[in-house]
Amino acid sequence: MTPNEPADSPRVGVYVCHCGTNIAGTVDVAAVRDWAMERLGPHGVVVSRDYPFMCSSLGQELIEDDIRELGLNRVVVAACSPHMHEKTFRGACERAGLNPYLCELVSIREQVSWVHTDKVAATAKAEALLAGGVLRVREQVPLEPMRVPINEATLVVGGGIAGITAALEIADAGFPVHLVEREPSIGGHMAQFDKTFPTLDCAACILTPKMVTAGSHPNITLHTWSEVTDVAGYVGNFTVKVLHRPRYLDTDLCTGCGICQEKCPAKVVDPVFEAGIGYRKAIYRPFPQAVPKFPVLDPDNCIYFERGTCRACEKLCPTGAIRLDQQPEEVTLQVGNIVLATGFEAFDARRVEAYGYGRLANVFTSLEFERMSNASGPTGGQIVLRDGVTEPKTVAIVHCVGSRDRNYNKYCSAICCMQSMKFAHLVREHTDATVYEFYIDIRAPGKAFDEFYQRVQDEGTIFIRGRVAEVTDVLRMPDEAAEDGRLIVQVEDTLAGLQRRIPVDMVVLSVGLEPQADAHEVARRFGITCSSEGWVIERHPKLDPVATMTEGVFAAGCALGPRDIPASVASGAAAAARILGRIQQRELALEPIRAVIDAERCSGCRICNDLCPFSAITFDAVQAVTEVNPALCQGCGVCIAACPAGAIAGTGFSDAQILGQIEGILMFSGAADVGARTASPEPKAPEAVPA
Amino acid sequence: MSSYLYYPGCSLSGSARAYAESLAAILAPLGVELREIDDWNCCGATEYLTLSPLGGYALIGRNLALAESQRNGTSTLVAPCSACYANLAKTDRFVRESQTLREQLNGALAADGLQYTPGSITVRHLLEVLIEDVGLDELQRHVTRPLHGLRVAPYLGCLVSRPDYDRRWAQHEQPHALDRLMAALGAEVVDYPLRTSCCGGHMTQISPDTGFEMIRRLVDAADRREADLLVTVCPMCQMNIDAYQSEMNHHFRTDYHVPILFFTQLIGLAFGLEPKVLGIGTEIVSAHRALGRIGIAVPPPAEVEVEVPAGQAAPAAREARAKRPKGLPMPRLDEDER
Repeated sequence: MTPNEPADSPRVGVYVCHCGTNIAGTVDVAAVRDWAMERLGPHGVVVSRDYPFMCSSLGQELIEDDIRELGLNRVVVAACSPHMHEKTFRGACERAGLNPYLCELVSIREQVSWVHTDKVAATAKAEALLAGGVLRVREQVPLEPMRVPINEATLVVGGGIAGITAALEIADAGFPVHLVEREPSIGGHMAQFDKTFPTLDCAACILTPKMVTAGSHPNITLHTWSEVTDVAGYVGNFTVKVLHRPRYLDTDLCTGCGICQEKCPAKVVDPVFEAGIGYRKAIYRPFPQAVPKFPVLDPDNCIYFERGTCRACEKLCPTGAIRLDQQPEEVTLQVGNIVLATGFEAFDARRVEAYGYGRLANVFTSLEFERMSNASGPTGGQIVLRDGVTEPKTVAIVHCVGSRDRNYNKYCSAICCMQSMKFAHLVREHTDATVYEFYIDIRAPGKAFDEFYQRVQDEGTIFIRGRVAEVTDVLRMPDEAAEDGRLIVQVEDTLAGLQRRIPVDMVVLSVGLEPQADAHEVARRFGITCSSEGWVIERHPKLDPVATMTEGVFAAGCALGPRDIPASVASGAAAAARILGRIQQRELALEPIRAVIDAERCSGCRICNDLCPFSAITFDAVQAVTEVNPALCQGCGVCIAACPAGAIAGTGFSDAQILGQIEGILMFSGAADVGARTASPEPKAPEAVPA
Repeated sequence: MSSYLYYPGCSLSGSARAYAESLAAILAPLGVELREIDDWNCCGATEYLTLSPLGGYALIGRNLALAESQRNGTSTLVAPCSACYANLAKTDRFVRESQTLREQLNGALAADGLQYTPGSITVRHLLEVLIEDVGLDELQRHVTRPLHGLRVAPYLGCLVSRPDYDRRWAQHEQPHALDRLMAALGAEVVDYPLRTSCCGGHMTQISPDTGFEMIRRLVDAADRREADLLVTVCPMCQMNIDAYQSEMNHHFRTDYHVPILFFTQLIGLAFGLEPKVLGIGTEIVSAHRALGRIGIAVPPPAEVEVEVPAGQAAPAAREARAKRPKGLPMPRLDEDER
């Protein structure tokens, strides 16, 4: 018996759902209903019913009426998984005046009817599980959700199109947003692109208005060239530390005129925005439409920081805005919710050595090609070989570089097929080149995607189905004698059933998407979980795709996995909508399923301290006891299992509940005697439950 | 002193005697002992398994069984020849995986009173043992005559890193192990993209046109990259490129001269050993000019080499190395990452 609520007079209602034929096709629900009444009567079952769809409003009313008329104080619903309808039936109980946590769901669909075919055995198993549910619900105690106030401000991490969208949606609704971006400007990868598939909209033309709006919005505070260094607190009340890296200039004085950039004598390759095929200065604005307009000074390449002289920018700045002694600055923000829109990194093509990227000059990556085809890129939109002048006559575009490959990433990067076809179109728009696409499968499932595929085919692009084995400059004699200086693409053409060696001038590797290199570290900092690859794991992949397992932390865009621009925008807006709903409630009810530490029994051993995946456990050094922050705790139970003193208890899953459930299941497990079910042992008296 | 079981293979007492001699010469300073297994037989090279699978596995399995019975404190079997290594590793793996093959193999070996317990022997290639067990630091410690200025194209051949049954190589397609070893000896390592390409094996006997073209490709790629010589770990590769280079030149009317040495020979040179004890001078395409360039005196070959007159240089004209390429910057290749 739990000390706080002895269930001495349980009045349990049992409800067995048919779920159409989902359950009733495999489980004899009428038999389960009668069995529960007959055999579980001694355990407090006072009514047992079945119904075709318990989740329907009529089914729920059945429960509500019984609670009122029969004075039920516990409810067990044998139906689908609690993930599916626990909330539904808790709601029914609450409407009838019963504490919703006195309702127990027994899964006889996912765990019984969907996984078994033998009707007799399945029925016996459903009965055993139901008995476990009844003995468990007896030990349940009423719980009250915790209410926390919600800070109106939101933190958006990552200023790509997903983050910008989320920020604008929330800001437009009238609530403050802090938008943190690691790079000098917001805009993300989309700002690097020339065209977007399949409509061939100019990426900058559709993105920059949003960037400008975000930059000038009264409710949005931009923190560019900054990173989140620490996150504390819990949903509604996060305290976040943001490090502003020094730009080495006073943004109050800087007008963004660009003279410093023009006069800076240090010119270096820009590996970020220009993807390594263009240059920037040591003090630079990555691109003309950057938001904010202020440049940043990169001390690693600045002549003044290397040698102590130069200061050209300082001398020539018309407003005297340069501050070469500027220091990093840390600001502390109070926010109620967080959106992680940290995006992706392009797969490092050097890893596939057989494709020669980095070794063979005329092998390019997709990001390099994006910059090259961009009118404001390093070649002014000219498609040229690495020499900077020669137009290619033949271009090979290689799909799935680093994707769908057990050596690198097993997953499909989702955007590369369309991106590759966009490249084919752009090559043909800018040059007279013959274009080959080497693909495994064409994946064009989006709106107007397949039409674009057909359009690119009609334009004369040659599609060859086969994964490229090698890109080489080593020629075979005598057939390839004339191809000196060109690249050979070795591929098995799986439609023609031939090995082919196709000479080309230029190869574009359509590289896959990978999580940011520091994705695991970021996940730890924000207390969320990510897959082994590093993509953020959603609360539910289908039904809750932008929430994380941590309350108050949402994710959007490619942080969740590879996706294109429309999907990134949709997820950004979805995260914003979820947060706006929260903000407008002003306070939030938290599930009361929690770990609770009995300070009297805690020895202060700290074994549980590092186990909590949600950073909810802290140690009170003065009292020498461990504490659980109830707002952060998600009730996972790891600490409870680990505590050697048994000082941690779980509300909603106390020892008495678990032991009751186990006993119920074991008492009526008919697995060994399906044919002789009458031989089941008599139920023991409830007092026999070991505490 | 670390000790290993040793399966030399037929080549090392025949065409690859220089490999055996140079290996013997470098073992003592490194403190490595190789114990040749008694009564070993030919592994069947690359052909036998395709002609008669069970016969082939029995041939190879006999060597594994002998190694097992002669384990004495070590169960690692080292093979210097790539074909032997690939055959031994493959058989060990397949016998581990397939109960049927295990029974058939042991049935055949029983005729000789032998049997092989899968997993009792770990098969490793000499190169991997030298790099992983001895270590580049230890190898470098013995270098008294660094190979500074010698441009070396590292040619691993096709049989070592693929199929990599026991995941011993970080990059299967383009492993850089031999590159790192050569760099540790002080050599200037040429980026040689054909490091795991096939030399043609016995193709010169089956289809000379194909075989010569495969050799030409390897030699041409080294020549274009201005390599002084190729270095390999495989007797078959060495023989093809060395012994058939002049026939290949005749076939294509070219005049390549790219010597190929075993990696153990270069280790020995870097250790300051005499070229003669390393078998240098027995190669057909002489390395004396290449080694002379870094001040290692090797007697010229008996046949006087025909000097190529100026103006009739090797067919693949060596491209002048661009100093500071104009145009778009190349992606950065961080050597440390490879």
